[in-house]
Amino acid sequence: MATGLRIKTAAELRTSYLRQEMFPTIFCDGCGIGNVLNYTLWAIDEVGLDLDRTVFVSGIGCSSRLPGYINADGLHTTHGRALAFASGVKAANPDLTVIVFTGDGDGAGIGGNHLLHTIRRNMDITVILVNNFIYGMTGGQSAPTTPDGGFTTTTPYGNIEHPMDVCELAKALGAPYVARWPVVSPVQPVKSIAEGIRKRGFALIEMLTPCPTAYGRYNGLKALEQIWRWYREQTVLIDEWEWIEQFGSPEERERLRGKMKIGIFQDTERETFEDRWAALVARVKL
Amino acid sequence: MSTHRELIRRALGPRVQFVQGDDACAYGAVLAGCTFFAGYPITPATEVAERMAEILPRIGGCYIQMEDEIASMGALIGASWTGAKVMTSTSGPGFSLMQENLGYAIMTETPCVVVNVQRSGPSTGQPTMGAYGDMMQARWGTHGDHEIIMLCPASVQESLELTIVAFNLSERLRTPVLVFIDGELGHMRERLVIPEDHEFELWERPRATDRAGYRPFAPGPDLVPPFAPFGSGFRTFVTGLTHNEEGLPRASSATIHDQLVRRLAAKITNHLDLITRYEEFYADDCEIAIVTYGITARTCRDVVEEARRRGIKAGLLRLISIWPFPEHVVARWAERVRAMLVPEMNLGQIVHPIREAVAGRCPVVLHSRIGGELHTPAELLEALEALQWQPA
Repeated sequence: MATGLRIKTAAELRTSYLRQEMFPTIFCDGCGIGNVLNYTLWAIDEVGLDLDRTVFVSGIGCSSRLPGYINADGLHTTHGRALAFASGVKAANPDLTVIVFTGDGDGAGIGGNHLLHTIRRNMDITVILVNNFIYGMTGGQSAPTTPDGGFTTTTPYGNIEHPMDVCELAKALGAPYVARWPVVSPVQPVKSIAEGIRKRGFALIEMLTPCPTAYGRYNGLKALEQIWRWYREQTVLIDEWEWIEQFGSPEERERLRGKMKIGIFQDTERETFEDRWAALVARVKL
Repeated sequence: MSTHRELIRRALGPRVQFVQGDDACAYGAVLAGCTFFAGYPITPATEVAERMAEILPRIGGCYIQMEDEIASMGALIGASWTGAKVMTSTSGPGFSLMQENLGYAIMTETPCVVVNVQRSGPSTGQPTMGAYGDMMQARWGTHGDHEIIMLCPASVQESLELTIVAFNLSERLRTPVLVFIDGELGHMRERLVIPEDHEFELWERPRATDRAGYRPFAPGPDLVPPFAPFGSGFRTFVTGLTHNEEGLPRASSATIHDQLVRRLAAKITNHLDLITRYEEFYADDCEIAIVTYGITARTCRDVVEEARRRGIKAGLLRLISIWPFPEHVVARWAERVRAMLVPEMNLGQIVHPIREAVAGRCPVVLHSRIGGELHTPAELLEALEALQWQPA
């Protein structure tokens, strides 16, 4: 796809896919959520999705505002429950494409249980989880993903809790498609979101996304150049990570500590809830 | 090729059955056209889910067991937005978990039916025993200003019939409707006659027809906005935030919030003629009235007959729709009677709106029973006799 990618300009994407009356967005300067929207629209364009037959579902939080900007059916639900609502949409009408926007607090914190069970059922839903390490909309409290030692308004002396790795969790639960990318490079996320949409089954694309206003200001990541450099330095491609773990020197292995693996964690096939339900109905219907 | 109605008939089986209240709620839902159920097991409501799990795939519907009651309510709302008629069932603890999403359904005008087979609380309480402990939670459990519709059957037959009514009201007014029974009625077996299709009406939610200029939350003349299901090309944005008629967030506008929330309440209170249901015995010459609801009303019917034999001019007002509270009906009785006895299987919940409606016109005496047992006729008779001899 890298060669075939037909890059539409932001203005073209905006005219084709967005609700003009919703602009300007609520996002702060330097926020990465706009990039995630941009990448998602590129992917949608690439896949050729019919927006009349696509439903965007979200919970509560900054990233959960995204469905409001897209000119399609949207369900902006309660905090943490996007996947439960999305499961209802998909189970009741499997012909619709369902895309979920959620955050780290929404999807992995309050909604963590729904994440486990939606993956277990293997609902054919694409989830774009925007991880900014913090509860941004409420002004910057610690999240399940806040890095070890990270400063937030509720961890003023540094975070003592171990952060959660959502992708490793999704992989362990058997999600057919799992990927994590930082927003600093557009091509891989666009490709992964498109693959996630095409994948029959649950797809999770975690986007590491800066929040200069809430996370950045307490952790020396407020200026754009700083942020983007940090995301490049703190992320390691899965292949490289595994190579270092296997063959790296003790110093190289030590340098992995606190960093984040990026890349495609899983790409496999698994029967979906909808397909199995349809088979069951075919078997027992009167 | 069978029609959907024929499939439903075959899935439900014989016309006359000996079944539980829980079963009857499931049957009523299927007859009403319910094709989607999301739920979570909980005593004493589990049999509703079990019946739906058996029936729905046989008629081409969908049953999904969710990870908790929060998810059940969420899935229900998602499914309703595809245009399906939807239901869930639960009991006290699960109903507590559903409150936030119940409010979301009210705010987003999403039709759905919730059956609550009540048990005793607080907390886990008495899982296998009947009680009416959620009567006020139903009214005020979810946060914010709102109206809710609740129906309270007193028999297995009525559980089926009122579940159909619940779907009709929910679709017609685009709002959640609650069917409240209890563990006693839910697990009690009685003769059930499954009505023929011509014996009941089915109402559908108003549908949007024109895409051009469609505003998803612009109300029709009866304050209910026409509905366009997801996937129909109307491109509807649905949010629990305060929204304008286009459905777009306007959370900081006092005017829009005021208009929206007052309309959501008024679309229900303006339709009391569709909602309000009650039953009266010996209303004409009643001096001492029993006012009650649910399974307790069945004991009270016998109590009133026995009291009459003993020379007490007793009567019974059985409330069938509890919310919105039928204030005018209770007020009318208060004009005529000397006293009201209110037996409840809780420490006093519906006695409060009753007292508000009576407004001091006659004494209102609560007779509570908790612990999972029904009121005995003897104790209620004694309470009536005490009121009979009380000086005016």
